[in-house]
Parts: sequence; C-alpha cells; structure tokens
Amino acid sequence: MNVIRKIEQESASTTMNMLEIKNLHVAIEDGKEILGGLDLTVKAGEVHAIMGPNGSGKSTLSYVLAGKADYEVTEGSVLFEGEDLLALEPDERAVKGLFLAFQYPYEIPGVATMTFLRTALNALRKRRGEEELSTPEFLRLVREKAKDLGIDQDILKRAVNVGFSGGEKKRNEILQMALLQPKLCVLDETDSGLDIDALKIVADGVNKLRSKERAIVVITHYQRLLNHIVPDIVHVMARGKIVRSGGPELAHELEARGYAAYEADAA
Amino acid sequence: MNVEITPIKTPAELALASAFEGAKKRLPGGASVARLREQALASFVAGGLPHRRIEEWKYTDLRALMREAVPLAEPPDKAALTRAKKSDPLPGVAARALTLVNGAFAPELSDLGKAEAGLTILPLSRALAEGHELAARIGRILPPQYDAPHALNTAFVADGIVIGLAAGAKLARPIHVRHLFTDAAPAATYARTLLVVGAGAIATVIESFEGPDGVAYQANAAAELSIGDKAWLEYVRVQAEGEAAIHLATILAELGARAKLHTCSLTTGAAVSRQSMYLRCAGEGSETRLSGATLLRKKQHADVTLFVDHMTQGCTSREIFKSALDHESRGVFQGKIVVRPGAQKTDAKMMSAALLLGEAAEADNKPELEIYADDVVCGHGATAGALDENLLFYLRARGIPLKEAQALLIRSFIGEAMEAVPHEALREALLARASAWLAQREQTP
Repeated sequence: MNVIRKIEQESASTTMNMLEIKNLHVAIEDGKEILGGLDLTVKAGEVHAIMGPNGSGKSTLSYVLAGKADYEVTEGSVLFEGEDLLALEPDERAVKGLFLAFQYPYEIPGVATMTFLRTALNALRKRRGEEELSTPEFLRLVREKAKDLGIDQDILKRAVNVGFSGGEKKRNEILQMALLQPKLCVLDETDSGLDIDALKIVADGVNKLRSKERAIVVITHYQRLLNHIVPDIVHVMARGKIVRSGGPELAHELEARGYAAYEADAA
Repeated sequence: MNVEITPIKTPAELALASAFEGAKKRLPGGASVARLREQALASFVAGGLPHRRIEEWKYTDLRALMREAVPLAEPPDKAALTRAKKSDPLPGVAARALTLVNGAFAPELSDLGKAEAGLTILPLSRALAEGHELAARIGRILPPQYDAPHALNTAFVADGIVIGLAAGAKLARPIHVRHLFTDAAPAATYARTLLVVGAGAIATVIESFEGPDGVAYQANAAAELSIGDKAWLEYVRVQAEGEAAIHLATILAELGARAKLHTCSLTTGAAVSRQSMYLRCAGEGSETRLSGATLLRKKQHADVTLFVDHMTQGCTSREIFKSALDHESRGVFQGKIVVRPGAQKTDAKMMSAALLLGEAAEADNKPELEIYADDVVCGHGATAGALDENLLFYLRARGIPLKEAQALLIRSFIGEAMEAVPHEALREALLARASAWLAQREQTP
C-alpha cells in the first residue's frame, strides 16, 4: 500500500497537464507518415477514449508514447508532466509513470511470469528511490491482484504469455498495470480478443485504478468496452490525427454513424 | 610430381619437444606408460600444432593462437597452496573436493574422508608410480585421429585424479575435481582425470578450472570416462580459467550397454579455449545428453567440438549448446555425429544456438552428420542472432533497464543448457555463476 500512497502524494502536488501532445508527426522507416499533426491533452483524473478505424494510427500513437524504436517523430512534441517524453528511454518513461497495455503482448519463453513481474516492480521501486519488496510481500501483492482479475495462480509460474489464451494475455497486462500503479495508463485495444465475461473482468480491473491522480487513455475500435469503462472524453481519430472530440455520447454516435464520415473529414 | 612439404616448426612446437626431453625422466609411470608418452610425443612432433587448414581446427588456429610454449609447472610450494584456498566455485553443492594445484594433487586441500562403499580415489601420479590396476586403463579410450592437445597431455601428464566406482555402487555426494592455477608466472599444466564407473553404478562428477587473470598460463586437461553397462554418470565442467589463459581439454567417453551419460559444461574463462569431446556409444541402447553454455566477452575465443560416434544400435544422443557472445568474442561450435553401419534405431539430435551481444562478436557453427545406417532419426539445427528487440522493448516498457532486460533474456536463453542437470544444488550453482557473469556485464557501461 505504501507504493500507492507515495505516488498519489507526488502527483497530487502537480497541477499541470499530465500529457500534452502537440502537432505530432510520426513516420515509419520507409518515410510513410502515420501520424500527421496530432494534438491531445490529458489531465490527471480523466479517462479518455480514442476511437478510430483500422489504420488510423491508434496503435502507432501508443507505441510512440511508450518509446518503441521503429518510429520516427518528424515534428511536434509530447510532454509528460511538463517533461519531454520523447527524450526518454522506454524504461525511463515507465519509471516516470507511463504504462502501455499492449494490444499484442509479447511471449517471452524461459522467463517465468512471476520473475518478470517481480523484476519489473522492483526495478521501478528501486529507480523511484523506494525499497524493493521482500518475497513474501511481493507474493501477497501479486496473489491479491491476480485474484481480483480472475488470474489462475498456475499461469504466474509459466513463461510470460507463452501458451496464454488471448484473454489471459490481456488480463496479464492489466495485472502488470495494477502492480506497477502507473500515473498514465494507455490501453491499446485491450478489448480485442476478449469474450464478454473477460471484458467485464478487465474493465473492472481498469475501473479500480481510476483515481483523481491517474489518467487513463483507452484506445479502441469498438464502443463495447466503453460501456464498462465510461470515458470522460471521447476522441475520434482518422488518418493520423484527432478529428473530433466530445463527451461519452460521441461513442454512441460513432456506433450509429460509423467512421466513414470522419475519414472524409480528415482527408 | 609429389612435393613433400615440411612445415617449419613453430617456437612453441620446438619448445614442447625439447621440454619433453628434459622432463620425461621425472614423469611418473612404468615402462608401458613411458612408451605411451614417447609415442604421443612422436605423434606431436609429426603432427604439430593444428592450424586453420586442418578441418577440425578451421576456426581455432591453435598454431597461431599458441605462439609460445611456457615452462612446465613446478609442484606447488606452501605459498602456492595457501593461495589455492579460494572460495568454492560451486557453493551449496556439498561435494567431495579433490584439488589439484598447478596440475599436482594437493592432499591438504582434498577431502579424502570416508569413501562410499565401492569408491576408490587416488592421485594419478601415485597410481602410475605404483602401477595400480586402474592406472592401467590410461589411454584405453582414444580420439579417432591425431589430436594435438590429447597427444601433449599423454606425453606430459604429471598428475590427476583416478576415480573408480565398483559395479552397483552409488556416490552419496558429487565428487568435485578442482583444478587451480595459482602462480604469478606463466606455466603449463597437464592433468588427467581417469574415471571408471562400474556396471550399474551412479555418480556425479564435477571438474572446475580456475586461475588468476593476467597470467598467460596454459592448462591442458584430459578426462577419460569409462561408463559401464547400465551405469549413469552426470559429468559437469566449469571452465573459469583466468582471462589470459589457454585452456585445452579433451574429454573421452565410452558408454556400455544402456549406460547413461549427461554432461553440462559452463565456459566463461580463458583467452583461448578448446573443449573436444569424443564420445563412443559402444554398447546398445545407451543414452547421452551433452549440453553446454558458453559466455564470452572482450576478445575471448572458445571452441566446443563434439564427435559422437554411434557404433551400435539403439543409442540416443542429444546435444544442446548455447553461447552468449559479447564484445569481439568468438564462439565456435563443431558437432559431428557419425552413425556407423548397423547402428540402426539411432536417435540423434543436435542443437547449437549463439546469441550475438557484441557487434563484432562472431559465432561459427558447424554441424555434421555422417550416416551409414538407414533406419535412424538424426537432426541438427544451428542458429545465431541478436536479442529480440521487441522483447527488450516489452521489458523496458515495464521499467526494467536495458542491461537488466538483456540479462533476463540471456539467462533464459542459456538456462536451457543447464536446466536438465538433475542435482538441484548443482544446477542452482551453475545458474548462479551464469547470473554472476550477467551481473558483471550489467555493471560495465
């Protein structure tokens, strides 16, 4: 519990925007532009949903935020709590409090999930100047969080994501999020591949993390997840930028109208 | 027209030949052993140090890598023995330690306490001098062709350990043969381990090799493993020589019917090392699993060369060798499986994989199959590559620093070569050594 309190105190003292993306242009290796002037501002305590059709650049945005190497930022800026996020290594971003729940979590043969979780948690604690957790403390914490997410204890002994079902992989992402207690959670298509029961469990897990000090960005193709994680602000993304923003009702409008009209707007 | 080419002898070759003349009277053993030594030296004088045009040494040009021969090591004095009281390289294993210092048996550093029933242990020098019946087994298992390090070992071997385990006997704890070099001046050591495991006997034997960094000593070690029918030997090797050393090893093993041999080699030491393993699957239905992990940095060069001879039917062999190569290091793996005519129902699979951590690191993989029987299952695979960038990104996205993320992935990669060691404390001690290597890597920028 100490971890949580400390982070909350720190972020409570800041009043600036948590995430501020301005005119972000991103290209991939062959020079093709994927993001073309994206703006987004997220404040602590808010839940944003970014909706958009396939190929609109949603996943690229999440990878660029997390620091994946295959993308080149050609223009624009990203500030995280006022700091230049793009200048940081992926692990430094995590230390600052950024977390990406991957759309396709990687499988890591030979590394037990428990070892992975413990290494990650203790690396973060150490680099935030906190004490590492003892084995019993860690085990208690993991078991508690895993239970909340309906994660089988046996899975924690297996290699990271190896042989996991789609739903198990997604739940494992949320488990990591619950353990690491980030300030900004970016969920990239966390609903894809989930049946309705798993979707509810995952949404409950995310809702538990909602707080005044934390921001959540839910990236999704479908409105379905937003019935369970109700956003404060909904953005529509098309052709590499945000073309419209509004309240939760925008998600329903999208569901009714489809993305075609917005894609035309962006062109 | 035939042109006789007489290669010019290198200074090392000349020095070795003359060192033998000076030393042969002092070396232990009766007339038959002396004859073995003379023959071995003669084969060395004829064959010389192997170079890159010799197929088996293509990637390890010993003639170029071993430019000079260093003087033969003297028996250790008191100071050398004091320096040898180093910490256990495999803590927690609770093995019976038998120690050789500068190639000579050191009883004061050896545990000669009550032996299990059927167990005989004695220094090779004494066994040779006394003409002990086990010593007569020396040179029984031979490489299939001229092998320079083995010939030199036979010529110069001064001491070592002889272990005999009677039929049906079982070792209560592993035996750990520790080879320590402790001098500040370079010298050459020649030691041999002679292991005779009787029918149905069960043993775990470890050999470790250590010495100071910065001393260009030359350690030549041979092991003859004779494994009787239905016997089971676990053989573990830890090569952690000093970083300027040359380590040349020859492991010769012969398996009886339905015998089992499992080996695991962890290589982290020496500037240049070669481990040749010659395996004779002589009895029907034997089972071998050879594994190894090689962790190299800077300009280290390590060569693992296997020769697995399926001489008869129904034998199974598995080889799994992993290497993690940092900086400009070079890892060589050569594995040859021969299935002789009539060795039907052979089941042989070989795998070698190299992880290139340094941009200038090099992995040479040469698997070979030679099959003269038609009802067999044989396969081999070899890979070399870098760490998966996506996995590194995933780990780093969770706050794990780059070097620690790499260490996690490297450990899981090489761990596969050690996870089959059945003795739990030994397996943990091996993994701990690998982790220590990785921790050192994490600390260097």
